Amino acid sequence: MAIQYISGKEPHAREKRLIFKNIDRVGFTPSIDSFLEDGGYEQLKVALKMEKSAIINEVKASGLRGRGGAGFPTGVKWGFIPPTNTKPVYIICNADESEPGTFKDRYILHQDPHQLLEGMIIACFAVNAKLGYIYIREEFPQAAIIVEKAIAEARAKGFLGKDILGSGFDCELYVHRGAGAYICGEETGLIESLEGKRPYPRIKPPYFPAALGLYMSPTIVNNVESLCHVKHIIQMGGAEYAKLGTPNNTGTRILCVSGDVQKPGYYEVEVGKVTMGEVIDVLCGGMKPGRKLKAIIPGGSSSKVLRADEKFKLKDGREIGIMDIPMDFDTMAACGSMAGSGGVIIMDDSRSMTWVINNLNNFYAHESCGQCTPCREGSLWMKKISDRIVSGEASPDDVDSLESVANQIEGKTICAFGEACSWPTQSFIKKFRDEMKGDCKPELVGEIVSDEGKVAAAGLAA
Amino acid sequence: MPAPEAAPAPAAPPPADLVNVQIDGVWLKFPKGTRMIEACKQAKKEVPHYCYHPKLSSPGNCRMCLVEMGMPPRPAPGQEPEKDEHGMPKIGWMPRPVIACANTVAEGMGIRTESTLTQEVRKGVMEFLLINHPLDCPICDQAGECRLQEFSVEHGKGESRFREEKVKKPKNVDIGPRVRLDDERCIMCSRCIRFTAEIADAPVLGFTERGSYTTLAVHPGKRLEHNYSLNTVDICPVGALTSNDFRFQQRVWFLTETNSICQGCGRGCNMETHARGDTIYRQTPRENNDVNSNWMCDRGRLDFHFVNSEFRLTDPMVKNQGKHEVTSWKKAIQAVANAAVGVKGEEIAIIASARMTNEELFFVKQLAKILGTENVDVIPRLGEGDNYLSAADKNPNSNGAKLILGSEPGSKLAGITELMSRGRLRVVLALGENLLKCGFERRDLEKIPSLVTLHILANASAELSQIVLPGNAYAEKRGSMINVTGRLQRMDRAVNAPGNARDTWEILRDLVVACGGSNGLHSIEDVFSRLAAEVPAFQGLSFAKIGDLGVPVLETDEKIPLLEREKERKAKGIIVG
Ligand SMILES: Cc1cc2nc3c(=O)[nH]c(=O)nc-3n(C[C@H](O)[C@H](O)[C@H](O)COP(=O)(O)O)c2cc1C
Ligand code: SF4
Ligand code: SF4
Ligand code: SF4
Ligand code: FES
Repeated sequence: MAIQYISGKEPHAREKRLIFKNIDRVGFTPSIDSFLEDGGYEQLKVALKMEKSAIINEVKASGLRGRGGAGFPTGVKWGFIPPTNTKPVYIICNADESEPGTFKDRYILHQDPHQLLEGMIIACFAVNAKLGYIYIREEFPQAAIIVEKAIAEARAKGFLGKDILGSGFDCELYVHRGAGAYICGEETGLIESLEGKRPYPRIKPPYFPAALGLYMSPTIVNNVESLCHVKHIIQMGGAEYAKLGTPNNTGTRILCVSGDVQKPGYYEVEVGKVTMGEVIDVLCGGMKPGRKLKAIIPGGSSSKVLRADEKFKLKDGREIGIMDIPMDFDTMAACGSMAGSGGVIIMDDSRSMTWVINNLNNFYAHESCGQCTPCREGSLWMKKISDRIVSGEASPDDVDSLESVANQIEGKTICAFGEACSWPTQSFIKKFRDEMKGDCKPELVGEIVSDEGKVAAAGLAA
Repeated sequence: MPAPEAAPAPAAPPPADLVNVQIDGVWLKFPKGTRMIEACKQAKKEVPHYCYHPKLSSPGNCRMCLVEMGMPPRPAPGQEPEKDEHGMPKIGWMPRPVIACANTVAEGMGIRTESTLTQEVRKGVMEFLLINHPLDCPICDQAGECRLQEFSVEHGKGESRFREEKVKKPKNVDIGPRVRLDDERCIMCSRCIRFTAEIADAPVLGFTERGSYTTLAVHPGKRLEHNYSLNTVDICPVGALTSNDFRFQQRVWFLTETNSICQGCGRGCNMETHARGDTIYRQTPRENNDVNSNWMCDRGRLDFHFVNSEFRLTDPMVKNQGKHEVTSWKKAIQAVANAAVGVKGEEIAIIASARMTNEELFFVKQLAKILGTENVDVIPRLGEGDNYLSAADKNPNSNGAKLILGSEPGSKLAGITELMSRGRLRVVLALGENLLKCGFERRDLEKIPSLVTLHILANASAELSQIVLPGNAYAEKRGSMINVTGRLQRMDRAVNAPGNARDTWEILRDLVVACGGSNGLHSIEDVFSRLAAEVPAFQGLSFAKIGDLGVPVLETDEKIPLLEREKERKAKGIIVG
């Protein structure tokens, strides 16, 4: 029987629904019965009969790259657990989904939790993790209830607990709730938080999670969507899965499109098989009436902005425009940005870039954990400068200061939040410098001096 | 950047546990596992840092130690790595700096501590640290020894382009009985937090808020009040944590430091005594990895105010018709000799102190010998040790007393007390102890025809004494002591004794001479040489050879709990040690 979707929420014909197959599906509930009826936990049965290393090899062969932001190959990550390890191994599902512009994991948690559990239990088996944690952001209270119920159901059916399905493998999963901080999504911050501490990211080296993670034991942190893919890789076989998408950019991924398009929403597509233009015009029904594309943040708020009229030079010598960029990892990187978390933010010509960057800077200043100097001090400084630009209290050289503050952060911090908060500013200024300077007042040059700033200068000269 | 002189090319591959590292152009060898920052330090290329402390874990949070780093690129298969002019593989420099504090050296690594990249990064970090800093140096106790000041002179921009309002935070926060917090000055290096958690096992400090609003605080309902709290003041690189005792007392650049030994207990924590003129203002721990690491307890550290006391004895005195009269040293010493010489040995007792130096105890022994008495002892002080540094023995030199006087401290006190209460003692010399505070009864002391007190403070037993001799306090003397682990340590003179008070050892020497003994000892060095000749444990040693860190002279099975734990953390690589 063909799958039916709630009216008005049917997938677009260009979509390839693997992970989101059951999202908005008529008659499908988060219950285990619904999942089992649909053939759920069959892949777990298959996997439990496989060699652990064979599962890892399938995941490697699939070419799956992490969907949490960095796009790191999942199978390779699993292979980083030291072979000589004698400590317990943990898997953590990163369900902190807090990158602005990203809204995919929540649907899986709410509507298809068992898909995640099945993928995660297979992953646990593959890396021999007997304990796993699902770290759910505090803003998803309902998701936590649903996933906990799903865990109880899975345990009752013998998919979790001791000697799963007679395989001799024991595994338990637990839900852990975050406390409302973006930095809890950064994997080492998350681990600290899970250990009951402030989510201060750890320095790497030495604290690479695969070796020294949770409780200083090998730990695999994977995004919700990444773990769901594992189930489908077992189902299809790694090689077959790798035929989805494009080389080195395999499988499907969920794009979360927001902003000034007619039909914002989530679209699961084969990686690299649709272009930015198709996302906007075909999937999302085009820009709002009478509006023109101005800029796109292609992979969550931390990715560098792309300008509508930019030309991008690719490695093979081709030069393409923004609408021709295939939605994959590598081309997006070649265009100077990143596919990131899949959050595509479309901005039309009604948007003030000064306002946008100020909005982002407010977010990052609020979310910097405050542990390391450049990000802690720089993020708030950037916010304060852009606050003044927005309110017309800045001089054009403030834009240059803003840029240099971002430069002073990038690459000098403990965690990738440093890049997350400096890339937006760097790219917006690089690409919209004139507009931002235009929002400043030339007559204010040399006029804006805080009294404290003067004292500071004197103190330093002394 | 001046090109550093090139080192000779290493000919053979280094031994397995050494790696070749190029620091500012010079190839050097370091043991594997050496932190980059320590390697640079050994190469005399100090890397500025705030959060790093060799005795604490490394969070890498201040980013001040960022340096340019490179590694030889992995050659393509079948290809030989490109070599530099020293025959070493050419370094591929990374575009991004790395922290020197937490990363370890590796074979072929290059470090640039002075390159443009490194300097630019430092400037940036310094600027960030200063934008929200109150810069109230003129009223800050840390001024003069502030790392923020030092590094901003060396690495700062020298001007501010900060046009915003600074973040306001709590100032003058009462976080414990001895330590005060100024949150605006805090640079969030977390050293104090790590100290309280990792060393003192009292994790009472933490950060609240986030981002630039991050604020150091004590946990709700907690206080920073453990006996090691003042160490946080020492390790705070800025003036955020200050000592209530030292606060606003003195600008640090007027202070001179003298190496000394804490007298608070048998641990003998190494310390520096900071004084201006003849007044002591503070004491801080001095690193000794066989004794106290970098720490000391608050009780010991603060126990110096008596040296500055207005109740110091400043002149020798002899009682005349029930009243003490100031006299000359010569007369006072003679008065003691007159009282003691000719009296039978068993009618004399010497109650000395295990707070005396070995050199002083040497003369105590001489004196007893010449007066023919066996009634010689010191007052034991047994208290409670803790699980850190503080030893149960609250005397700093029990081991010295035992070694030099040849008996267990306190073993003869019962006998002496007994003789005293039966009125059998005609002469009692109380040297460095207030007998009324050590279990002796006033009515017994009143039975002694000649009670002599050598002390530094006016007290009730001195009041009872016929002769009072003002000696000098620990900070006023040179000498040596043996701590509870059997380590011989040296102390130096930080300040001069007040008035006509004299070196205790000289008073004792003069007493020996006045009682018929021989002279010939004119310096502490001389005295120690005599000790070295007489005491087997000191054989081959001289006062100079004791050095600033002391030498082990006795086998004891005492372990130092805090140091044992540091050793463990070092073995695990958590700290450098
Ligand atoms: C500031 C910051 C926030 C992040 N937030 C998330 C998040 O909310 N969810 C997520 O899956 N990954 C997040 N990440 C990425 C994780 O650190 C980690 O790379 C990811 O969970 C790995 O999963 P994957 O390999 O399956 O992508 C964040 C990273 C940074 C630097
Ligand atoms: S970069 Fe920012 S978020 Fe990351 S550790 Fe440093 S202060 Fe925290
Ligand atoms: S109070 Fe001092 S030691 Fe503690 S975090 Fe602040 S600057 Fe560092
Ligand atoms: S532990 Fe003992 S020697 Fe050390 S500081 Fe305290 S009292 Fe002094
Ligand atoms: S010293 Fe603070 S990061 Fe290295």
